[in-house]
Amino acid sequence: MAYPKLTYYKYFALLIMVLSGCDSNESLSLSKKSIIYCSEGPPESFNPQTVSSGTTIDATSNQLYNRLIEFNPTDNSIIPAIAKSWHVTRDGKMITFYLRKDVQFHHTSYFMPTRALNADDVLFSFNRMLDENHEYHPISGGKYPFFQNSQLVNLINSVEKINEHTVRFQLSHSDSSFLATIGGDSAVILSKEYAEQLIALNAMQEIDMLPIGTGPFKFKQYSAGSFIRYEPHPDYWRGMSELKQLVFDITPRDTGRLTKLLAGECDVIAYPIAHKKIAQHPNLTLESVTAFNVGYFGFNTSKEPFNNPLVRKALSYAINKPAILEAVYTGQAEIANGLIPNSSWAYDATIPSQVYSITKAKELLVQAGYSNGFSMDLWAMPVQRAYNPDAVTMAKLIQADLQKIGVKVDIVSHYEWTTFLRKISEGEHQSVLLGWSADHPDPDNFFSTLLSCSSAITGSNITFWCNEKFDQLIQRALQTNNINKRKVYYSKAIKLINEEFPLIPIAHSKRYQARANNVNGSLLRAIGGIDFNGVTKN
Amino acid sequence: MLIFTLRRFNLFIFTMLLLTILSFSLSFLFPGDQLINLTGQINASPEQLAILADEYQQQSGLLSQYFSYLNHLFHGEMGYSMASQLPIATEVLNRLPATIELTSVALLVAMFFGIPIGFCAAIYHRKLPDNLILAIAMIGYSIPVFWLGILAILVFSIQLGWFPSAGQISLLFEIPHVTGLQLIDILLSDSPYKWQAFQDATRHLILPVIVVALAPATIFMRLARTAMLEVLDTHYIKAANAKGLTFSQIIYRHAMRNAVIKVIRDVGLQFANLITIAMVTEVIFSWPGIGRWLIESIYQRDYTAIQGGLIVLSTFIFIVHIIIDFVYAALNPLAREPRHGKR
Repeated sequence: MAYPKLTYYKYFALLIMVLSGCDSNESLSLSKKSIIYCSEGPPESFNPQTVSSGTTIDATSNQLYNRLIEFNPTDNSIIPAIAKSWHVTRDGKMITFYLRKDVQFHHTSYFMPTRALNADDVLFSFNRMLDENHEYHPISGGKYPFFQNSQLVNLINSVEKINEHTVRFQLSHSDSSFLATIGGDSAVILSKEYAEQLIALNAMQEIDMLPIGTGPFKFKQYSAGSFIRYEPHPDYWRGMSELKQLVFDITPRDTGRLTKLLAGECDVIAYPIAHKKIAQHPNLTLESVTAFNVGYFGFNTSKEPFNNPLVRKALSYAINKPAILEAVYTGQAEIANGLIPNSSWAYDATIPSQVYSITKAKELLVQAGYSNGFSMDLWAMPVQRAYNPDAVTMAKLIQADLQKIGVKVDIVSHYEWTTFLRKISEGEHQSVLLGWSADHPDPDNFFSTLLSCSSAITGSNITFWCNEKFDQLIQRALQTNNINKRKVYYSKAIKLINEEFPLIPIAHSKRYQARANNVNGSLLRAIGGIDFNGVTKN
Repeated sequence: MLIFTLRRFNLFIFTMLLLTILSFSLSFLFPGDQLINLTGQINASPEQLAILADEYQQQSGLLSQYFSYLNHLFHGEMGYSMASQLPIATEVLNRLPATIELTSVALLVAMFFGIPIGFCAAIYHRKLPDNLILAIAMIGYSIPVFWLGILAILVFSIQLGWFPSAGQISLLFEIPHVTGLQLIDILLSDSPYKWQAFQDATRHLILPVIVVALAPATIFMRLARTAMLEVLDTHYIKAANAKGLTFSQIIYRHAMRNAVIKVIRDVGLQFANLITIAMVTEVIFSWPGIGRWLIESIYQRDYTAIQGGLIVLSTFIFIVHIIIDFVYAALNPLAREPRHGKR
């Protein structure tokens, strides 16, 4: 007679066999040689030219593509990529790039390239963005936010092919931030041959959804909203990656990412929470980098009483920045002294930091003729951004700070984000809490965008502060390629800001990432998120 | 058996009709335009909307609108998801297999453990094992699923690292979608990592299955206990006892089979409960099934998906119900007798 107990034993034996079962060496190598990165959201497209979201750029720019030049991850200086060298004429208006000859495009199930990268591909990639009559320009909406925001259309007169491996950019005027712009995440090089194949197949929009690039990984599979699978590019010009697969596991909830990291389901996660827990864990590493951004408190200098520099200066004394850093950024940021973070080459360590002094603030207010104080509105952004994770709380802290010097603050935060931005750019506010994340590491990206006279017209300078002396300084800095001269100009510009205070820089936030200790290589970038090139696992 | 089958079929048809009426009326009850709620075409141009209105007979009376809706349903057209703009039928086909896999394994596990333990309790009636089992059953039944799920992740995924916390299989394994049932797809695939993938999928299955199975298992325990007690109290058991059969012979040869039949009758009823638990579990374990999809659709106010998901899930529950009824009828000839009418 069969006893049921026996069947149980059999069942458990089977279960244990299934669970612990025979691991062959070959099968072990799949998980040991692959990386799962838990990212925070799905990409909107697979072409970083057409988007501005950091999530998409993280998922595509460094993994799938290359640019002509790129930034050294440690000091953000410019280094060669697809262009092995380049030459800038003395007047700064003509820049010639000499391309590498051995750069291969991805071989995939949907495209088999017949040739290596050449000048035609570079021309195609830039003309698609610059030339409104280009057949690929209107594909995917015809928007190239980064290029359009950095005014490259007005700067670049033409892109010419000199020979198969030489490309020349003609600029309308000298601009020393041009190289940094070209090295930005959006200036990727696409394949012209692939684009032509798609025209023949009448499937042009696929260029942004089924990507072909020259980067270290090639596209394998995308399951909408769930995961992206990349495979190494065997003919990558820097050498094939040791990884077998790179998977982006899209996990929007931050607790979900943390759980997966702790349970070993993710090797690397984006935007970790519970920093202490991760730092204490023996198998995990928490990394951070001060991002190229700034959160600031800006004044509308075209309105009373902020057209008076003394008032602005008075407020700058009254704001307790360390308290804000603790409460809003939970200490995960650096106090901003000038406009630019200290990882930028233009940062000047000699510039003194602003002191917190209620008495000084009161004195200045009396000097400005507001001995009884005044009331003002403060617009706090309704969304979370890396440069300001909680603008409303920050606004409340500032409200309490300013109350001490007799200034009454009304907080405005009920507008929806796009409406908020529109109203701000139209100058409806008196003061605002906002910020800026740089597109590339050139310091001009902070100065010109946030405070120049021309950007006061386009709306990105929400202080409407237009100072001739300041504009001259940043123009001169752009006209020279001598980095030491530029440093001096920018240092003077920062001092000018710290005298006039069109805005009070508050903090540069840090960007965090956590990974398992068996993942080696440098991943985190101050600019442009992450890069899995050269990353290994043991 | 024929009459029995016809009866079930009849019941199925009428329940389905009622369900479709409910789902159809939802498109009026949800806020917004009824036609858009029904088709999910939020970005349609006025011309496209006119064509759709024609297709769904918007100009005719309510009855013909309903019949054209039924007609679309029969052709597998449940409109488009308002959130993803994919056909609901595709979305459902992609997700239902994962739910079937989770719930059927959980049901088997619940029966496999619940019923014998329940028998055990009955055999040791009013002794320590019985009291212990009853107490455990009570606790198991009272634990909220979401709490149990999170606790399981905390202990077995995070602290001990034995089992994964999310998903159906590690994303590293590329398993082509054939049946949608992960374990079967793995066996069908020609991946060089087949065995490892199978192991990985099993490891992913264990925690959610335990969480889903716990509450039904405790119910099966109590049902099995009651059924066994009833059987042990019958005359034929007393007769067997009087014939001098040993206790184990009585249990294995006579009591068990008859008690199991009684329990099976109630399995169908428990299945709806099991699906509810599975929906919550799918959310906690990021299981890519229809339950999670339905809950997300509710969050996103994806009305077309809510209607479609409702119909598919209820149909699924109902079909399982009927299958279990058939199993019961096959095992127990008495159940096939027409209960109403002639006797």
